[in-house]
Amino acid sequence: MSEPAFAAAVLSDAPPPVGADRFEVYRGSVTGALTATLREAFPAVRRLVGDAFFDAMAREFLRAHPPRSPIMALYGDALPGWLARFAPLSALPWLPEVAAIEQARREATHAADAVSLDPARLAEADPDALRLAPHPSVRLLRTRYPALSIWARNAERPDLEAAPAGEVLITRPALSLQIAPAPNGTADTLAALSQGTALGDALPQGTDHAAILACLFSAGALIERPMP
Amino acid sequence: MPLPPSAGIGFKPQHAAALDNPGAVSWLEIHAENYMVEGGPRLALLAEMAQRFAISAHGVGLSIGGEDPLDSAHLARLRHLLDWLKPAQFSEHLAWSSHGGAYFNDLLPLPYTAATLDRICAHVDTVQQAIGQRMLLENPTSYLRFDDSTLSETAFLAAIVQRTGCGLLLDIENVFLSAQNLGFEARDYLSAFPLDAVGEIHLAGHAPGEDVLIDSHSAPVGDPVWALYADVIARTGPLPTLIEWDADLPEFAILQAEAARAAHILQGVPA
Repeated sequence: MSEPAFAAAVLSDAPPPVGADRFEVYRGSVTGALTATLREAFPAVRRLVGDAFFDAMAREFLRAHPPRSPIMALYGDALPGWLARFAPLSALPWLPEVAAIEQARREATHAADAVSLDPARLAEADPDALRLAPHPSVRLLRTRYPALSIWARNAERPDLEAAPAGEVLITRPALSLQIAPAPNGTADTLAALSQGTALGDALPQGTDHAAILACLFSAGALIERPMP
Repeated sequence: MPLPPSAGIGFKPQHAAALDNPGAVSWLEIHAENYMVEGGPRLALLAEMAQRFAISAHGVGLSIGGEDPLDSAHLARLRHLLDWLKPAQFSEHLAWSSHGGAYFNDLLPLPYTAATLDRICAHVDTVQQAIGQRMLLENPTSYLRFDDSTLSETAFLAAIVQRTGCGLLLDIENVFLSAQNLGFEARDYLSAFPLDAVGEIHLAGHAPGEDVLIDSHSAPVGDPVWALYADVIARTGPLPTLIEWDADLPEFAILQAEAARAAHILQGVPA
């Protein structure tokens, strides 16, 4: 038996290299297990395209992008980009952004733990002396379509059904996931903070600084960087 | 906490609250790969469970049976998890699951030859060195036979035990399914199995089938498997025994009843 031939055939329609009909058991269980992982990972995408379409699409995807690691918690990270190039879905240009929201929620769920900055620290410390960084769970998406609203309508989140296109902030400050529309400039602020810029200089000119800070604090999106 | 020679179940987060009244469930098994994440609710819940139950860590992703070298990054993640969790034991499969950098999320089969024996022994040695402890290796479910096999599965497993010092995880459902699928006697297989090396037993149930029976972990343990299990326990004495149920999860009471049935057999009472 050649393992390369087995591996190639199990993710294709090639003739069975061993076992004749029985080889289909392995082909079926590999496809079934990976499809089940994707179903669980992208429930809103599945609801939007329907179960049958989703499963057929998942089969195409998993053959093109089999997992590169045995950790299934994050398998599917390539799906949003792949969907954007998947011709049968070109009439749903917002779907990749919905998938990106679902993937970002998984990443935030499993990110490292850290204690979010208590807003009271801003009042008691010199803001320029505070060394801040994004919480490890922070995921910031910039959407061209109202993807957060579309996601919300397919994820039983009526509170977010009117969310506009624009920035979306996802965090998991303690153990529960948060998702909210973020004011314009939040992404740039977080990017500057992660470069080590002080908070006062991280807030972009021409943006609503109070709104950005309120969003970041209510999401627990900031941590105090440990002293070097 | 060592694994008690009693009944355990595969831990599912949806059963966390029900485990306040565990009944016959006295330990839990986890799939190691599910907990190879950096933080968050999964690890927090597992830490809580590990305060109350002995844990057996069961790997599905090392690809010990594979042709490729073991993935050193994955071994390091495993070591990290075991150092943090300190489970009673760690087990993996006589199977492969990765090839050429792709991971198939399934347990794929291999022929039993002198060459594959050398390879697997080297892989088991590498794992035991990397994790600093003895591991258990589980017998697979077979759906096909390889023409190039020269050793029986039981002789193959016995040789691995002898050469690496590892223990075995005896999955009696897998023996039952392989016997059905390949047409041999499960009792003959168990007579030849190196029972002295067994550190844990798995029991499970499967979906109905005709030509081929699939290892689906989706149903109560079948009566033929209970009978084989009682025979094994009569020979080995009590061993940690897992009720393995991963798909179409039932309510906790059903798992408790399955665990209780295993506990009766372990206590020498007819089930």
